[in-house]
Amino acid sequence: MNTSNDLRTPLKRARGLGSAKDGTGHFLWQRITAIALLLLGAYLIGLLLSLGGAGFERAHAIVASPFNATVLLAFLIASFWHAKLGMQVVIEDYIHTPLLAGVAHFANILVCALAAIASVLAVIRIALGS
Amino acid sequence: MANRERPLSPHLQVYRWQVQMVTSILHRVTGVALVAGMLGMTWGLFALAGGPERWQAFVDCAGSPLGTLALFGFSWALAFHLVNGVRHLLQDAGYGLAIEDFVRSSWISVIGSAVLVVLVWAIVMQQWGQA
Repeated sequence: MNTSNDLRTPLKRARGLGSAKDGTGHFLWQRITAIALLLLGAYLIGLLLSLGGAGFERAHAIVASPFNATVLLAFLIASFWHAKLGMQVVIEDYIHTPLLAGVAHFANILVCALAAIASVLAVIRIALGS
Repeated sequence: MANRERPLSPHLQVYRWQVQMVTSILHRVTGVALVAGMLGMTWGLFALAGGPERWQAFVDCAGSPLGTLALFGFSWALAFHLVNGVRHLLQDAGYGLAIEDFVRSSWISVIGSAVLVVLVWAIVMQQWGQA
């Protein structure tokens, strides 16, 4: 490994600390999902308000319509992604014990990923079910 | 380690409350609350996929006094995070960073989210009246 361009101290190098090579990824995805949620959310809020106390049959049919199901799936994926990124910052800011922080980060990823998968599966069941 | 009192960096309790602080803190708080709300939405979608009885149980829960309170809280958290989120996106693009604009847009977030919640619940109440 050519270390002549490495600006880290030997100690930092030994500990493996430094850039995570993630760059502005977190910042950018937080904004990209925010803009997506703004557009998708506006549509879904309108849809929800037009539902107005609809019974099971009508609610089921509205979610099952291909366009609505597509928008809903995009919304769910974007929102749990956005939630994971946001909760990650909250954990980074307020939990300073390495072990507890690690557990919290793991739990955050687990809950957001599982909830995303579960809600996506529910919409697919509604859209494809009879 | 020295035991004498070290100066602490200024924190919440030494600042006079300003609306920019309120919107910044509320953006975090509502963001965390919305995660709980999204888990509730997952529950609702599961109920809808599970059939009429499961759906009815969900609707009964959501329509109970506690459920209605949670829905009301969720609607305001969503309205605030949405309006203030747009404000943050505009600030990320470099707009509205002068102090007076920053304060004014903070008030727009607070008042705008309240107006949105009132509008949405007025529509919901009207539909309940017709139902």
